[in-house]
Amino acid sequence: MKLITAIIKPTKLDEVKEALQASGISGMTVSDASGFGRQRGRTEVYRGAEFTVDLIPKVRLEVLVDDKDCQSTLDLIVKVASTGSIGDGKVWTTPVEQVVRVRTGESGPGAI
Amino acid sequence: MDQVVLNSGDTAWMLASTALVLLMTPGLAFFYGGMVRTKSVLNMMMMSMITIGIVSILWVIYGFELAFGYKSDSPWYGGFGFSGLGGAVDELANNGGVYPIPLLVFAAFQLMFAIITPALISGAIADRAKFTAWAVFVAIWSTIVYFPVAHWVFAFGNKVGDTVTGVGYLAGKGVQDFAGGTAVHINAGAAGLALAIVLGKRVGWRKESMRPHSLPLVMLGSGLLWFGWFGFNAGSSLAANGIAGLAVMNTQVATAGALIGWLLVERIRNGHATSLGASSGVVAGLVAITPACAFVAPWAAVVIGFIAGVLCSLAVSLKYKFGVDDSLDVVGVHLVGGVWGSLAIGLFGTSAVNSIGLDGVLYGGGTALLGKQALGVGLVFAYSFIATLIIGYAIEKTIGFRVPRDVETEGIDFTEHAESAYEFASSSHGGKLL
Repeated sequence: MKLITAIIKPTKLDEVKEALQASGISGMTVSDASGFGRQRGRTEVYRGAEFTVDLIPKVRLEVLVDDKDCQSTLDLIVKVASTGSIGDGKVWTTPVEQVVRVRTGESGPGAI
Repeated sequence: MDQVVLNSGDTAWMLASTALVLLMTPGLAFFYGGMVRTKSVLNMMMMSMITIGIVSILWVIYGFELAFGYKSDSPWYGGFGFSGLGGAVDELANNGGVYPIPLLVFAAFQLMFAIITPALISGAIADRAKFTAWAVFVAIWSTIVYFPVAHWVFAFGNKVGDTVTGVGYLAGKGVQDFAGGTAVHINAGAAGLALAIVLGKRVGWRKESMRPHSLPLVMLGSGLLWFGWFGFNAGSSLAANGIAGLAVMNTQVATAGALIGWLLVERIRNGHATSLGASSGVVAGLVAITPACAFVAPWAAVVIGFIAGVLCSLAVSLKYKFGVDDSLDVVGVHLVGGVWGSLAIGLFGTSAVNSIGLDGVLYGGGTALLGKQALGVGLVFAYSFIATLIIGYAIEKTIGFRVPRDVETEGIDFTEHAESAYEFASSSHGGKLL
C-alpha cells in the first residue's frame, strides 16, 4: 500500500478530484496548505507599505492506494494538475505499513 | 422679538441625523477592526464600543454643560455643574440664537460627536492598550480635552434678546468649522499622535507583516461612515434647509474626489488601485470636507476632496520615516485631512453659498479668513497634543497603559476579553461548558 501526497494549485482541486473519482479512487483527504518551492512569493501593498508574502496557498491531497494502482494514480494527478506554469506543485509517494477501517476493523488493501 | 416655535421638519431631520452620527462609531469599529490582525480585532472594536458607553453617561451628568453651558460666560469652557438634563424637556436649543428644535435633540446630536472623537484616537494604539486604561483615558480625555474644545469651536453662546453669553473662543474669533474639522479631526489626530508616542511601537513593527486581516470589514466600515457622515455634516446645519442640502452634496462629491485621488496615487506609485486605498480615500475626503461642507461651492468640494485623497495617501507613509507607530493612520488621515479641510475654507470659502460664510483667498477675501483658520488649526492641535501627552503619561505611570509583551504577542483579544473573533478549524469545536 502506498500514500500518495500531492501539493497542487487550489484551482486544480476540483478537476483532480473528479478525475480520481472517475478512475475508481474511493476516498481522499484534502487540506489547506501553504509553502514555497521554485515559485517566488508575491508582494502586497497596504497604504503604501509593501509586504512580501512568501508562503503561497496550496491544497494538499492525500490518497491511499494499493501498490498496483500507485503509478497510474500518480500519473493521473500529475497530468490533470499541470498548467505548465511555475507553482503547479509536487506529488510524492510513501510506503504505508498498515491501514485499518475504523468502523469495521478490517485492515490491509480491503480497508482502502 | 418673535417667539420661535418648534418646527417638526427640522426636529425630524435632527432626530434622524443623531441616529446617523451614532452609527458612525460602530462603523468606525468595523473600519478599524478590519485593519488589525485576527488576534486583536475584538479589542479594536471594543475600544469604540466602550467609548459609546462612557461618553454617553458623562455627557448627561456634566459633559453637555461643560461644552455648551453658558453659566461661566467663559470662552474656554461652558459651565461646571451636574445638570443631568432633567429640566430641559420643554426648552428649545439656543446656540447663538434659538433654533426650533428641542434642546435635548441638540444635546443628543452633539453627544454623538463627543463619542466618535475619542473613538477615532483608538486607531493610533491598536493591538497594545490595556482595556481598562483605555476606558480611563476616554473619561479623562473627554473631560479635559473634548468637552472644552467643543466649547471653543461649536458654542455660539446663549442668546437672549441682544445679549449673548458663553461664546466659545474660536467661535467668537470667527473661525469657521461647520462640523468638526478642528474639534473632532485635528483634535483626535493630535491626540492619536501623542498616544502613539506614549505607548510606543508594537512588537514586531516594521519587521512582521501586519496586514489588515479583513478588507471587506474595512470596506463595510467605510461605507457605514460615509452613510452616517451625511448626518454629521448636514445635521450640523441644525435644520432641514438649503444649507443642509449644500452640506449633503459637498459631502458626497468631496468624498468621491478623495476616493479617486487616493487610488490615482496608488495606481501611479505601486501599480495597483487597492480596496484599502479606496476605503481610506473615502474617509480622508469625509474628514477634509467636514469643516468646509457648508462654506464652499460643490466644485470646490471636489477639489478639496481630491487634494485630500492625494495628500493623505502620501502622508500615511511618513510614520515610517518618523518611527511612530500610529497603527491605523489617525494622523495621516484625520490630522492631515482635518488641517487641510480647515485651511481650505480660507481658500475656497464664499459668502455666495452661505450668508454666514466669508470669502476666502480665491473669492477676493484676502488672507483674513485663512489666518483665522490657521489660528483654529494651531490652537486645537497644540492643546490636544500637549494635554494628551500629559494624560497618557499619567496613566502609563500609574495604572500602566500598555499590555505586557507576551500578551501582545499572544493576542490582546484573548487576554483582555477572553474571546477570539473567529473559529477557523473544525478541530476547535472541542471544549465544554463549565
